[in-house]
Amino acid sequence: MNLSQTILGVKFKNPTVLASGIWGITASSWRRVARSGAGAVTTKSLWLKEHKGHPNPVIISTEHWTLNAVGVPDAGIEKAREEIGDYMKDHPVPLIANVIADTVSNFAKTAAEIARLKPDFLEVNISCPNVEDEFGKPFACDASSAADVTKAVKAVSGKTPVFIKLSPNVDNIGMIADFCASAGADGFTVINTVGPGMAIDLRSRMPILSNKVGGLSGPAIKPLAVKCISDVYRATEGKFPIIGTGGVLTGEDALEMMMAGASLIGIGTGIAYRGGEVFRLVTEEMEDWCEKEGVKKIEELVGSTHKKLRIDN
Amino acid sequence: MRIDNYLLLILSSQIPIQNRLPKTYPISKVKQETEMVKTITFDVSFGARPGQFVMLWVPGVDEVPMSVALDDGKKLQVTFFAVGDTTRKLAEFKKGDLVGIRGPFGTFYEWSAGDRLALVAGGYGAAPMYFVAKEAVKDGCALDVFVGARSKKHLLYLNEFGKLQKTKVHVSTDDGSAGLKGFNVTLLQQFLAEVSTPRLRTGSTADAVDRVFACGPERMLLAVSELSHYRKIPAQLSLERYMKCGFGLCGNCAVDPLGIRICTDGPVVKNDLLRKITEFGKYHRDSMGQKQKT
Repeated sequence: MNLSQTILGVKFKNPTVLASGIWGITASSWRRVARSGAGAVTTKSLWLKEHKGHPNPVIISTEHWTLNAVGVPDAGIEKAREEIGDYMKDHPVPLIANVIADTVSNFAKTAAEIARLKPDFLEVNISCPNVEDEFGKPFACDASSAADVTKAVKAVSGKTPVFIKLSPNVDNIGMIADFCASAGADGFTVINTVGPGMAIDLRSRMPILSNKVGGLSGPAIKPLAVKCISDVYRATEGKFPIIGTGGVLTGEDALEMMMAGASLIGIGTGIAYRGGEVFRLVTEEMEDWCEKEGVKKIEELVGSTHKKLRIDN
Repeated sequence: MRIDNYLLLILSSQIPIQNRLPKTYPISKVKQETEMVKTITFDVSFGARPGQFVMLWVPGVDEVPMSVALDDGKKLQVTFFAVGDTTRKLAEFKKGDLVGIRGPFGTFYEWSAGDRLALVAGGYGAAPMYFVAKEAVKDGCALDVFVGARSKKHLLYLNEFGKLQKTKVHVSTDDGSAGLKGFNVTLLQQFLAEVSTPRLRTGSTADAVDRVFACGPERMLLAVSELSHYRKIPAQLSLERYMKCGFGLCGNCAVDPLGIRICTDGPVVKNDLLRKITEFGKYHRDSMGQKQKT
C-alpha cells in the first residue's frame, strides 16, 4: 500500500510529520527523524532574534498526558540559516519551517527571512499558549488578528505555501480558519497544545512547571484535535490541506484524523510514548489497515467522515 | 511491534518505565564530601542503574540532570558540585528539605560477570563510577579505578573505592598533592600498556582488560576514547549535554551529525558510537540550541 501524496506541489512519501517543538532543533535531528521514517519534518519555532525559554522543569508527562512550557527558546535567524541551509543540501524529506514572532510586522520579517531558505512549507505559530505572560493572548485566539498575521506573512512568502497553526483554545476555530483562508492561507495545522494546564506537587504544594502552566499534549487531547480538524475542514469546505496534530500514537489515531479532514499527520509527544520509531510504526499500521479495509488511495480517506455525513443526511 | 490498542501499547511498550512527573521527597541525609561537593540521600528507590541520571527539581529555582551515585533498592544518592545556581541552592539544603525527583533516564554501563574493568573517574565523575564499582564487584569483576582531581582535597570516594574487594585504586592530581602529578588518563595509558601489550606478544589474554568505563570532563573522555580505540578495548563513556525533558522530546541534547538524543541514546555511549559524534570534544549546545565551544 502506497501512502504517498502530493500536497501543494510537494511530494510526501507517507502522511507522518514531525510536529514542531519536538526533537527538531538541528539539521542532524531532522535527518535522524527522516531516517526513522517520517514523511516530513517541522522545525522548532524560529525567531528573528534569540529568545530564551523558561527554566526547568519545562516538560512533564504521565501515561495520559504531557504538559510543556519550554517557552519557545531559539538562537535566532543566523542559526536557522545554518541549520536549514545544511539540511537543504540533501533534503531527505520535505521541511516545514515553523516561524514565530511577537508582532504582525515581526511575523512578516521572520517569514521573509525563512522563506528565502526555500523550505517546502512555512508554518506560522500564532497559537503557543506558553508565552502569554510575555506577549499576551495568542493571535490565534482572535479571528482578525489571525488574519492580519496571515496576510502579512503571505505578502512576503513568495511561492512557499503558508500553513497557519491554530489554537484549540477558542470557541470558533472554524471561523478563525475561514478568516485566515480569506487572508490567503494555503493550509492549516490543527491543533497546537491545549489549555494551558497545571500540575501541582503535593508535598511542596508548588506548581511543577517553572512557568506554572503549560500546553497539554499527548493521548488525552486526541478527541479535541479530531473535533477541531473536523471544524476547520467544514468551515473551509475541505479546500485547504490540514496537518492534523494532537495525541496521535497509532495508525488508527492517524486514520481517524484523516477522516476528520487531515491530509498529513503531525506527531510530537507520540515520540515519548513509542520512541523515535513512532513514524515508521504509525505508517505501517496505516498501511495494514488500508490494505485490510480495501482502501485504494490514501486521499480517499481525507474528510471521508464529512462525505459520509452528507450522504446519510 | 504493531499495535491498535492504546492500553496494549502502554503495557507492551518498549520504552523503559520511567517516572516522568517529578515528585518531591525530603532529604534524609547530607554529607559534605569536599569543600564544594556534597552527597544527598533520599529514602526512596527509583530502580536506577549505574550510569543513569535523574532530574532533580529545586522548587522555585530550576531542575537539573544528575548522575545517580547510588540506588540500592532502598535509598537514592546524588553527589553534586555546587557550581551553578541550582546546585548552589541545593548545597544550602538540609535534612528534611524537599527536592523533586524524576527518572531514572538514559542508558547505563553494561558488563559481564567476572570482567576485568578499568574505571576512569574525573572530578565528580567519581560518584557514578563508585555506583558502577559497587555493583560490578557483586558480579565478581576485578577493577582498576583511575581517580583524578585538581588536588588532594578534591578527590572523591577514595575511601569507598578502597573498601571494595578486587579493586585497585590509582590516583592522580593536577597539582601532585596526591598520587601522580598529572592526569588519570596517563595512569590508564601506562596501565593498559602493561596489561595488554606483553600479552599480545605472548598470546595470553588472561589479565587483559575487558572494558573501559569513563565519566568526567569531556577532555578526559576524549583521551579515554582515543586510548581505548587504539588499544582495541571496548569502552563506555558518559557524555554530558544540556537536558530539559530527559526522555527524548525537547531535542536539546541531540548531537551532530547523528541527531541522536543523549538523554535516551546516552548518557552512557559505547565508544564505537561516540567516535561517530563529530561534535564530541569540540562543541555542545546551550538551552537555545546555540553551539558553544567545549
